[in-house]
Amino acid sequence: MVKVTFVSSDGTRRAVDIAEGETAREAALFNDVPGIDGDCGGVCACATCHVFVDPAWIDKVGRLAEGGAEADLLQFAEGANEYSRLACQIPIEPLVEGLILHVPEQQY
Amino acid sequence: MDTDMVEPNIREKVAFIPIDEIDVARPSLFQKDTVGLFFERLRREEPVHYCRESYVGPYWSITKFDDIMAVDTNHKVFSSEAKLGGIAIEDMHSAKSALELEMFIAMDPPKHNQQRKAVTGAVAPSNLLLLEPTIRERACQILDDLPVGEDIDWVDKVAVELTTMTLATLFDFPWEERRKLTRWSDVTTAAPETGIVASYEARRAELIECAMYFKGLWEQRINAEPKNDLISMMAHSPATRDMPFLEFLGNLLLLIVGGNDTTRNSISGGVLALNQNPDAYLKLNNDPGLITSMVPEIIRWQTPLTHMRRTALQDWEIGGKKIRKGDKVVMWYLSGNRDETVIDRADEFIIDRKNPRHHLSFGYGIHRCMGNRLAELQLRIIWEEIHKRFAKIEVTGEPERLFSNLVRGITKLPVRLHAR
Repeated sequence: MVKVTFVSSDGTRRAVDIAEGETAREAALFNDVPGIDGDCGGVCACATCHVFVDPAWIDKVGRLAEGGAEADLLQFAEGANEYSRLACQIPIEPLVEGLILHVPEQQY
Repeated sequence: MDTDMVEPNIREKVAFIPIDEIDVARPSLFQKDTVGLFFERLRREEPVHYCRESYVGPYWSITKFDDIMAVDTNHKVFSSEAKLGGIAIEDMHSAKSALELEMFIAMDPPKHNQQRKAVTGAVAPSNLLLLEPTIRERACQILDDLPVGEDIDWVDKVAVELTTMTLATLFDFPWEERRKLTRWSDVTTAAPETGIVASYEARRAELIECAMYFKGLWEQRINAEPKNDLISMMAHSPATRDMPFLEFLGNLLLLIVGGNDTTRNSISGGVLALNQNPDAYLKLNNDPGLITSMVPEIIRWQTPLTHMRRTALQDWEIGGKKIRKGDKVVMWYLSGNRDETVIDRADEFIIDRKNPRHHLSFGYGIHRCMGNRLAELQLRIIWEEIHKRFAKIEVTGEPERLFSNLVRGITKLPVRLHAR
């Protein structure tokens, strides 16, 4: 299991455990973390699992690849910035043990 | 669709018609609400289906959830470009179409992206928070004015009125003239067969009138300080302010139709669904907290836009079928939303569904409905306020449906209100 912490827009922290091989989307949904909708089922098609990767973690997680499907969708999301990613595109692996993700106020 | 109400001989006909002869583009199938029987058979026997001859020419039908998702998210292969035909089963720039309107829903990147970004802020979650009190106040007013115990038409008195008010709010449209918006929305999607317009020429004339009206508003807003309404945003944004006029008009009409027909028909569709499923209605009355999950279930159930269309830019294989470059590909959301292999008990209206937002009604990918949160907001508000006032909205007669293969519309819904 890998530990991931979600920080809501009001600052509430919520640490959850999630199995390797899942994604950060599942880490949120399986643990009822509020603010992550994940409408499309985790296939990078809707941008309702938008998160801001904590700046300290962005290099380990990796930045948004320009011109990819994920960037195509995030360009329309409210408040998207250089730390924006879709949780469904963040694989859970031992490398990200302790990962911190910030949840936007609302999903679009 | 409500299969119980369908005559048995239609079921038999659908079962025995040679599969090659199935043509789900016929608007009458939607008006009679029997198209679901055809989709059921296609999903089972030939989920990616080619129709050789129809009034819109040959086209592919994509009927299963996952195949639809695959087409919708692949905009590099499946184009929305108006010049290739656009986004509806009927070609956009055909001889029948009124004006050469250009709208970002019928564009591919990069132009689509620039224009969408310019207006997306109007319906972004933070702007909706500002709009919510106004929408609620207006919803309350509509409901408070309704007569209890009398037969009324829910469509005209509530569904149209609420969505029109919301649109007028979004556009900061002259309040007393707001029904013009409803009219223009209807006219934009209307064919003469619907009775909404007398002829294609008449439609053209009305759209020109609409164009002139908006030109006036545009000039007013461009000379004023920028504000949060859509016209002001478009007049002042660098991505849209130098737009050719037909493009400006096209995008406005897109937002009007997008925000009008769809929500209107979900508001009516929800009332109908609850009446057809009395257990669900009882459950809702006992626990109004279920409105949160009922709203997306209503949107799935109604599927207010039955389909979106794409044009293949290259040969491509889906579900074992070879689609050729240039082919017309129709993603039937209405069918995918009844796909049992993805949605549990897809033929049932379940207001406390576990994963209710996993439906196709908003589409997926870069063209996904921009106003989806606004639609949900309006539905949530109206149901919260209905719950406070009425024990039941009883459907007292047969609903009438729109003659259209695109807008799944309810044109008349006789109801009687019962006070709480």
